[in-house]
Amino acid sequence: MDELVIARSLFGMTMGVHIIYATLGVGLPLMVLVAELMYQKTKDKDYALMANRWTKGFAVLLGVAIPTGTIAGVQLSLLWPGFMEVVGRVIALPFQIEIYAFFLEALFMSIYVYAADRLSPLMRIVSVTLVAFGASASAILITNVHAFEGTPAGFEIVDGKFVNVDPWEAFFNPSFIVTAGHVTVSALMTGAFVIASIAAYKMIRQRGNTREYKFHHKALMMGLVIGGIFSILTALNGHESAQQLYQYQPEKLAAAEGLFETQTHAPLAIGGYTDKEEREVKWAIEVPWALSFLADDSFDTEVLGLEEWPEDEWPPLFVHTLFNAMVGIGSLLMLLSIVGFTWYKILKRKEFPRWLMWAFIAAGPLAITAIEFGWIFACTGRQPWVIYHVMKTEEAVTTSGNIGLLFVLFLIVYIILMISTVLVLRYYFNRNPISEELDQ
Amino acid sequence: MSEAFYAITLIWGLVFIYAVMATIDFGAGFWSMIYLNRNNTKATNIANRYLSPSWEVTNVFIVAIVVALFSFFPGATFTLGTVLLIPGSLIILLLALRSAFLVFSHSASENYKRILTLISGITGFLIPALLICVLPITHGGFIKTTNGVERLLLSELFTSPSVYAFMAFAISSTLFLSSLLLSDYSNVSADQEAYQTYRRDAILVGPISLAMAGLLVLTIRTEAPWLYERLMDYVPWLIGSMITFAIGYLALFIPRKTGVGIPRLAMISIVIQYLLASYAYGSAHLPYIVYPNVTIETGFTDPATFRALIVTYIVAFFILTPGFIYFWRLFLKDKRYLKQNES
Repeated sequence: MDELVIARSLFGMTMGVHIIYATLGVGLPLMVLVAELMYQKTKDKDYALMANRWTKGFAVLLGVAIPTGTIAGVQLSLLWPGFMEVVGRVIALPFQIEIYAFFLEALFMSIYVYAADRLSPLMRIVSVTLVAFGASASAILITNVHAFEGTPAGFEIVDGKFVNVDPWEAFFNPSFIVTAGHVTVSALMTGAFVIASIAAYKMIRQRGNTREYKFHHKALMMGLVIGGIFSILTALNGHESAQQLYQYQPEKLAAAEGLFETQTHAPLAIGGYTDKEEREVKWAIEVPWALSFLADDSFDTEVLGLEEWPEDEWPPLFVHTLFNAMVGIGSLLMLLSIVGFTWYKILKRKEFPRWLMWAFIAAGPLAITAIEFGWIFACTGRQPWVIYHVMKTEEAVTTSGNIGLLFVLFLIVYIILMISTVLVLRYYFNRNPISEELDQ
Repeated sequence: MSEAFYAITLIWGLVFIYAVMATIDFGAGFWSMIYLNRNNTKATNIANRYLSPSWEVTNVFIVAIVVALFSFFPGATFTLGTVLLIPGSLIILLLALRSAFLVFSHSASENYKRILTLISGITGFLIPALLICVLPITHGGFIKTTNGVERLLLSELFTSPSVYAFMAFAISSTLFLSSLLLSDYSNVSADQEAYQTYRRDAILVGPISLAMAGLLVLTIRTEAPWLYERLMDYVPWLIGSMITFAIGYLALFIPRKTGVGIPRLAMISIVIQYLLASYAYGSAHLPYIVYPNVTIETGFTDPATFRALIVTYIVAFFILTPGFIYFWRLFLKDKRYLKQNES
């Protein structure tokens, strides 16, 4: 296999693992905070207990989020020296500021975990808030670099050299705000649905209306409400993101929608797969005119098709499927929380039917899957460019060789880390069952 | 003074802070493993009590160095990133395992704690040995350029006496600095038994680390004459570093009311010893980042980026310093934390 593909696979694998932990690292602190606030409002001890237990889980996840993040940071320079040379000149700011956020997170995480018994209640909340702030800021700043790759700004190229650099213009590149917003709200949504999943799973294994059942029921509703709110925000923001693709990266939009011909009144293809030979999306449901309208709020909008670009500059066409899967899961999750909320609060039914419980259980893993699809779509959809229309990925890759061996080593370590995460979490929560803590 | 000079000084400062914090961190893991089977000593507990809150913060420094390097010297990053693919990957793999298992060991059962301590102990001397290889690589002679492509000569690297001298120096320094800090830490925690243990270790390893430093200079003389020549311009600094070593070492034998030795004085002198020596080494190394191809001028970033970065450094300094002070007070000064009975 060629080295570029292995290097991309290795880095993609690192990000694929890191993103699970990083997403929950952003999403869970919000749930902890909401639980703390609910406790202050209702004085219901269950909420305090939730905050406590989720923090324990969060600390374990952070134990992997930090080292995988370290790997990602170092691997960037090792695998993509050509890219990082440009980053250093033009878009170093977000990386540098991210370090400060990282310091904030690490300092107060240690303080929150190891000095918990010596902190005043106020300092406890301040510490967890700073951890949450540090985690979100890290995510936003790293996304900033990703946004720059798609919509580079703040420099000129003269004779192959990057000159007239304006680092802040590079920082506030056109897609930064919308992209960072997408990453943040979708992470908050995912954290909430993962909580809902766990609660639903625990409920289904409980019989009758026990104390424990009620505890999980409260957690489930919290997860559904917050997950619901943020899935709506994610969808609204996602629409914005797609319109930005239309504006700034038209070939990515064309590949996402499987559109080959440039046209006004362009149809929206839902589902199916893109056939490169016949230049059409097979087995898709076509909604006439919809794509033009979605792209720029008017049916007359001309949407560029892939035919506008030479074939070697096309993104891989399977991104259509990834894009659809991401949007599909997002919509499903939105629907799910609305159904759950209606069932309980408006129809006032005490219990959820079994099929709905299973759907809730699926919500967390589905949300994480959607995050993965979204990132793979966002990064492979930019190919063959590492910096859109400025630098190709093949120009950035290391010339060292031996990457295949490294791929195997990293794969082994990631498998160890993921399995041990599950074992440690299971061990801890089995040793400290909720039934015991409720009695205290 | 040029902007590039300020930037490389800043990176040198970060590297020095990381080197001290990390050697202590890695060494603490090593000692915690060594004293695991001794039931009558609290030395392991002391090591763990220091290690638990500090590794995350120490870990951030290594990312901070990498980011500072590619931000200030993108040209050097290209060369270093290319040639360090293999050693760099090994380092981050070991670091990831170590960090994750340190966190896990708090939630895991007693049966697993042994193996977790073992992992942290073994990586505790492997990682510094690998990390320090970066230095001899920058001395030149291990990078071959063919058709404009730079490649690390791994077999030359691992048959070079200089590399092994550096590794031995890294490991002995790790053990020396960490045993000193832990002796001070256990002294402050009023744990005489642990203090005696770590004091004895420091007395044992100290001379070895100094001998390794001498050996290292000798190997530089044969393998990187350009560096040796420049290093000789800084002889006063090296002598100063030997004097501070002597002061620090003797401080371990000064009698007190409650026992022998003033570990705080020893610790501070030895840190100054390393500071002086690394200043001499760093200055002699300039202007080269990687000899002979990359200097601080050729690898330097865009001036506008440099200025923007410096502004963020200043702002961050004022925001983060209170956090560091609070952290220090909670874990390194608070008697309630230091004197607790269980780790």
